Formats: sequence, C-alpha cells, structure tokens
Amino acid sequence: MTQTDVDPGTLANVQFRQVGKPLTRTDAPGKVTGRTPYAGDYVMPNMLHMRVVRADIASARLARLDVSKARALAGVACVLTADEVTDRTAATDIPGQTGQKRLDTDQPILVKDRVRYFGEPLALIAAETRDIADHAAELIEFELEPIPGVYDPLEALKPGAPLVYGEDNIVAERKIRKGDVEAGFARADLVVGNTYKTPFQEHAFLEPEVGLAWVDENDVVNIRVSTQVIEHFRPIADAIGVPHNKVRVRGALVGGGFGGKEDLTVEVYLALLAKQTGRPVRLEYSREDSFVGHGKRHPFILTYRTGVTKDGKITALDVQMIADAGAYVFLSPYVVLYALVAAPGPYRVDNLNVFAQAVATNNMYTSAFRGFGALQACTAYEQQMDEIANTLGIDRLELRRRNFLKTGEPMSTGFVPPSAIWTEQCAEKAWAGLGEPSPEKGPIRTGRGLACYQQSYGRLTFLHDTSEAWVGVEMDGTVVVRSGVTDIGAGQISALGQIAVEVLGVTLDNVVIYNSDSAVTPLAGTTTATRALYMTGNAAKQAAEGLRARLAERAAQEFGAAPDEIDMAFNEVFVIDRPEQRMPLVELVRTCAAEGIHRSELAIFRAPFSDFLDPETGQGQAHPDYAYGAHAVEVSVDVETGEVEVLKSIAAHDVGQCINPAAVEGQIQGGAQNGQGYALSEEMLYEEGRLVTPSFSEYLMPTAMDMPNVECIILESRSGVGPFGAKGIGEPAMTAVAPAIANAVADAIGVRVFEMPITPERVVTALQQRDAS
Amino acid sequence: MPETRTITLRINGREEEGRFPAQRTLLEALRHLGHMEVKCGCEKGDCGACAVLLDGMAVDSCLTLAWMAAGKEVTTVSGLGDLDSPHPLQTAFADGGAAQCGYCIPGIIIAAKAIIDAHPEPSEDDIRLGLSGNLCRCTGYTKIFEAIADAAGEMRAEGGAP
Ligand code: FES
Ligand code: FES
Repeated sequence: MTQTDVDPGTLANVQFRQVGKPLTRTDAPGKVTGRTPYAGDYVMPNMLHMRVVRADIASARLARLDVSKARALAGVACVLTADEVTDRTAATDIPGQTGQKRLDTDQPILVKDRVRYFGEPLALIAAETRDIADHAAELIEFELEPIPGVYDPLEALKPGAPLVYGEDNIVAERKIRKGDVEAGFARADLVVGNTYKTPFQEHAFLEPEVGLAWVDENDVVNIRVSTQVIEHFRPIADAIGVPHNKVRVRGALVGGGFGGKEDLTVEVYLALLAKQTGRPVRLEYSREDSFVGHGKRHPFILTYRTGVTKDGKITALDVQMIADAGAYVFLSPYVVLYALVAAPGPYRVDNLNVFAQAVATNNMYTSAFRGFGALQACTAYEQQMDEIANTLGIDRLELRRRNFLKTGEPMSTGFVPPSAIWTEQCAEKAWAGLGEPSPEKGPIRTGRGLACYQQSYGRLTFLHDTSEAWVGVEMDGTVVVRSGVTDIGAGQISALGQIAVEVLGVTLDNVVIYNSDSAVTPLAGTTTATRALYMTGNAAKQAAEGLRARLAERAAQEFGAAPDEIDMAFNEVFVIDRPEQRMPLVELVRTCAAEGIHRSELAIFRAPFSDFLDPETGQGQAHPDYAYGAHAVEVSVDVETGEVEVLKSIAAHDVGQCINPAAVEGQIQGGAQNGQGYALSEEMLYEEGRLVTPSFSEYLMPTAMDMPNVECIILESRSGVGPFGAKGIGEPAMTAVAPAIANAVADAIGVRVFEMPITPERVVTALQQRDAS
Repeated sequence: MPETRTITLRINGREEEGRFPAQRTLLEALRHLGHMEVKCGCEKGDCGACAVLLDGMAVDSCLTLAWMAAGKEVTTVSGLGDLDSPHPLQTAFADGGAAQCGYCIPGIIIAAKAIIDAHPEPSEDDIRLGLSGNLCRCTGYTKIFEAIADAAGEMRAEGGAP
C-alpha cells in the first residue's frame, strides 16, 4: 500500500512520461528467469579454484607457517604466503577514488607475524579443483602464539591496554563545538542523560563475495567481481604493484551489498594469483568466510545529555560516542564523522557539543553499512526523544514537533541544507498510519513507537565527488547508456535508463544500459553513500540533455522552428504548438548520422566541493544535502517470554521525486526488514574476538514469518539535488526503523532496554528489574 | 581421490549426464552442468537460494546428494519459463518489483511454485509458511507476497498454467 503526496505548489509545469512511473525494471526479466549471470556464474577454461586460509585466534603472533605439504599436493598450482608478498599492503580507507590524499591506513595482504583479528588471512591457495584446494588447506601447518588482546573499546581506551596498532588505540576523533553548551544547560529546567548501546551487524547479502580473474593478452589483470566499487582497480593495482591501467574491474549485477562490498574483498587475492599462475582463478567465499571476511557495522556506545525546558524545547545537548573500529582502520574515520554530524538528528540544537571516537580492538574490523554511523546516532537520539517526552509528560510527537529543524535552518555543522525539510509531515503521516490500536490479551502488551531521521545522500563533500555518463542514440532510434555505476539491487541502472528515455522521448524497452566496467564504461563513482541516483542520475540526465539539445537543434532547422519549440516523446519529434509537424526519431537520427552530427554525449556531474569541517568546531559543509522522514511501528510484547513481534510497520519519507515508485517502495520495505533484524534478532556473538555465530542458523535475520507488510507513504517535495528534484532513499529507508521499534517496546512494557538487539532475554531482564524497583 | 560415478539427471525436461563423486550435492552438480540459475547462499540449508523442484517438491539442492535426484524430475527457475514465455510467477515478480538484487529469487520462485501447486488460492499464511525456508535480504518480502498472490490469481484465471 502506498500513498503519494506531492506538494501542489511544486506540481506546476511538471509532466513526466517515464519518470515517476512504476515501470518494470530493465534488470527484472533476467533475474526472474535465471538468465542474469552474477559474478560467481562466470567460468573459464583451465580455471583454478582458490581458497583463503585464516587465523583461528584473534590476537597472536604467527610463530610458524609451513605450507610445504600443501605445495607438494598433486593438483595444487600455487600457495602464497606473506613471504611472497613482502611489503605489499592494500588500502583500507576511501581510496584515492577522487584524487584526495589517502590516509596511511593500509592493511597487510597476508599476515607476516602479527594476527590482529579472528579470520585474518594467512595464506592463499590455488588448485585444480575446489576439493584439492580444501585438502591443501588442511595440510597447511601454522602455530599461533596468543598475545593478550582487547575486545572492548572502553578497555582499549584505558592506559596500559594491549595495543592493537600504533601508539594508542584511538583510530579517529571528531568533535562539534557549537554555541554555548554551559549556558544552554543552565537555562534548562531538566537534564536527561542516558547511554545507549548498538551492536555489530552483518550485511548478510545472499550472494557471498566472489570473483574470477585472468591476465589478458595486453597483460591487463581482468577481475570479474561482485563489488559496489569498480574504482578499486586503482588500489588493486597499487597492491599488486602494476600501473593503474593494467587492472580492469568488470562488475556484474551484485547479489546485495549494503556497504559490505564497498571495501576490497576478494580482488587483491584474485589479482595476485592470476598474475602468479598465469591462469584464470576463481574465488568464492563460503558463508562462513563471508561472516569473517568483511567488515561489520560499528557497535557504538552513545551517551546523550539533553537540557530541556518544561515545555520541551531543547536548550543544550552533549553527546559522547565511542565506536568499536575493530582491528584495522577501513572506513571508521568517516563512519564516526557521519555519526558526529548526525548527532542531534533532525532537530534544531544551537548549543551542541559532540565528541566521537573510533577505537581499535581485536574484534572484526568494522566499516561501511547502510546508515554509516548516522544510523547509530539516530538509534540513540530518537530513544532519547522518547525518554525526554516521557519525563516531561509531553506527547512524543508533540515534543518532536517543538524541536524539528525547519527548511532553511542551520544543522549541526552550521550548514543549511539546500532542500526542503519535511520531517514533520512525514512524522504525522507515519504516526497516523498506525490506525486503531491492536488488542492486548493475556501476557501480550502492545506499544507504539516513532522515530524521525536526518540522513545524508551523496558522499562527503571534501572528497570532491564526480560522476561521468555517456548517452547515445543508435541509427534505429534505440538508446544506449554507459555508466560505470554498479547495480547492487536497488535498480540503479534501470533508473538511469528511465532518466535517459524521459529526456530523449523514447520508451524504456528501447534502452540498453552498459555498466560497471572500469575500462569501457565512463567512471561513475561508487554505489555507496546513497549517491548512485543523485550522482549518476544527474550525470545521465546531463548527457541525455546534451544529446537532446543537439537533436532538437537539427529538428528545429527541419521544421523552421526554434529549438525550444521542439519536444520529443514516444519515439517522435515534433513542434510543441504545431504537433502536425512531426517525424519519427529514427528519421532525425539518420539525418544527423548522414550529416556527421554527433549522436552521443559524455557528461560529468560534480557534487558541491568543500573543505574538511573545521577540526575544532566541526562547522562547515559535510554533505551535498540531506533526506528526512519517519518510521512508525506497533509491536506486541509477550511479558512472560520477552518475545517481541512487529505488528505494523509504516514508513513516510520525502524522496524528493520518485524515479520509479516500485523501486522506492522496495528500498523502504527492505530497509524496514534490515532495521527490524538490527533491533530485535541479529546478534553477532564474539568470544575473545572469535565469532561464534557464523551462519544463518545462528545469526537470525527476519524471515517471511517475522515481517509485517510494510506500508510506504511517499512524499515528493521535488526539492532534492538529484535528477528532477530527487533525494535518495537507500540508506534513509533503514535509519529510523530500529529506534522506532525500541520506542514501541518501551511503550508496551513501561521500561526501556538500552542495548540492542532487544532479545527476549533482555526484555525479561528489564521487566524483572522494573518489578524489583 | 573419491570414487566418481556417472549420474543421469532429468533437468527441466532434458536428460543430462555427469561424472560426480558420491558425496557431490545436487547444487554442485547442477552448476557444474551449467545450470547457473541455481544459486548458492550458504550450502547448509539455511537460505533457500538453491531451491529446486524434485518431482514437484521444493528442496534445498545443497542438502540433496546428486545421485539421490537420479530418476527424478529436477526443475529450476529456468525450467518454469524464459524471457520469451515467462511463467506467471516470473511475470508477477518482474512487474511487481519483487526482485531487487535477485539473488534469492530463483529459490523463492521455486518455493512459490510449490506453494501455488499445494494451494491454488493461497492465504497469506500459506505464502508466509511456504517461504519460511527462504531468506531475502533486500525486499522485506512484502512485494514477494503480493507477487505470489497476483500470480496465483492469474493462474486461476488462466485455468491452470504450466
Ligand atoms: S545454499 Fe542451499 S539453503 Fe542456502
Ligand atoms: S532480492 Fe536480494 S536477497 Fe532477495
């Protein structure tokens, strides 16, 4: 069920033919018939099969590694250890994708002497068959001497704590100092202080990491891989020591990403062994490999102290955040930056102190995951809003209303988001959407929760992000789009098609989109940070408009009209006020071809560029713009067993402009599921850094039995900085879900569980504590 | 090296032959024979991405040994329909936006086929229960439920589809 709500004021002069329609995505028919090849579906003659051998202790010294028996096994082509790749490292931060200076945060490719996390790779094997590779892995002998590790970021901060690397365990520190917090607290009638904890989360894309690599006739290493970022060809080349133009990353449609295929995964291993053996090599992670082989969502400890007046106005806010960065840096400095910027949420807070730290431990390293720090902040600030409302006895929506940031007002960093801020409209619609309360009976209590959010779309502006796209029209009037963008399942490439055909006046079945090949499709940048539609959509629109202008000019000449009097729709070109003057697009294109008029266009879109935030005050521009919305849920809680069920789940988001409403709803519903698992059931249990839940029977994601039908309320302010006024929905869809659920559980049982996931055990413990006090 | 034997499988109506070790799973055998539409998500029976019909019953092919499928009819998602003549389930999934990354979809459409075969007019509970062995990380399932209900309606209207 979807309601769409457009501000009538923004409707003027907007009439779309392709955009805004729930068209069948261009990638859908192949996927539902099994025709779509994923990266793991490619094979080559003479191909070898790879396997990664991993450390089984989280903090240790590699005392001995003997691969001689494995090397001697018949059918083993190559075994690689750190001895063969001495001094080689791989980038772990946002690589030089945009020409910015890389942080000095590289990770060794294979362990030389120090193991810092459970599962860290020790050796790579390539063999004739998977069975032989598995057998060879068993023949590798290694001895790990345990070194005292540290598995809790608070412990890691203490003087004398075991060092993971460097001089202390502090990976990054960021702060905001805005207004006068002391004065703000002095003015407050009440100060509410709480600490919230958020857990690790596994991306759990259904397609584990996989790739196939070979060296071609030009000595270029080709890698067909499941990735969100084909621009990794540069750090791969750096890691294996070849020029950047000697690595080609060819993506495939990705079987889910969510941030977990944003960093390098299998690429460097593949490239090394393809080079070493001269043969095609394939590496597919098992599910267990996938659980230990890529970074997780950062657990956060968030302490909020909010000063409020009796009537619920926030006068001051002090926030301390500590994130567990795990054993290597990866994107931690940026994740805490997002959390920092998001700390007050979609509220006006003029007196603000925030201090955010990422701390190294011997846990699995943590990196990008849908929501990227801003989600962890939302989990805290929205629970805090309910705590304040309850303390003051003010209606929870009303308290929020009194503090919402409004269009044109400055946010935490002093930056004024350029688009409309429709948090209030979204909150009201989501809350009202819950309808009549569900009945309670026996041990079942029901409760309701709301959460609102602010989430950026587009990358950090100091990165100076750009995106290129190419649009051309063939001699028969069909359209080709080329963009390096990867499609991780949200319909990224289909949206580009929809945008191009809107501009060129053809239908979606007349377009073919080539994507994600670092050598032949224009580099479009990463599919991360809710930037794909914003960046690549703008680039495709720009390219299509450039092409259209040229075609319109030639048509105007033909019709004796001005170029701006020409329109193109349904594969025809005509004069707007004299529709009898028309010709098929194909005729115009042939004329252009015959006269040597360029039938394609390459465009580059540049995001706004800024300097880094002021290091002392955290003031400045961090992102191009922000999305706003709300999620509301109703839950039932069994007070005997502690079990929580989500009965209703209602999302209201201002997406700016829908390109494909079905795809937008899909993002929202998937976000609701991802957030529900995060709030209630998904638990990564580590013992001294060792993951003890590395399977889907232990790590519990919501199934078809657990998910309510998620209702989507889509608002369109047409104010975003994306194509046609679009904002982004990939990350925003998830951000507010977990705190809405936490608030509903607290509403149902009258006591809050301050740590996620809200498992039955935690609910029962909270109830016992409530009854004891 | 483990002993291998020749196994003949009937896949999507055609006989295919391969030599496999006795412990080779049906999932591995199918992919070895080029049926890449059958996906691997866990190899442990936890996700349903590898589901195929075995004489009309939905099974996880990663938990089924290849030789056990000999003499039975194996149907993969590609056996239900193709780009030119898709099965009503495939049409409903594509048009309804039920496939996002699509990796779970071959298994989910197989599970859906088994649901509709058992319940031509499936209730929401029939659909949920029938999908309880299939994980999807992208969609929240809502559009999948809708697509299955739509396809079932379409098939009833057509008076029983293939
Ligand atoms: S691969 Fe068979 S159930 Fe997951
Ligand atoms: S569509 Fe991605 S897992 Fe289901």
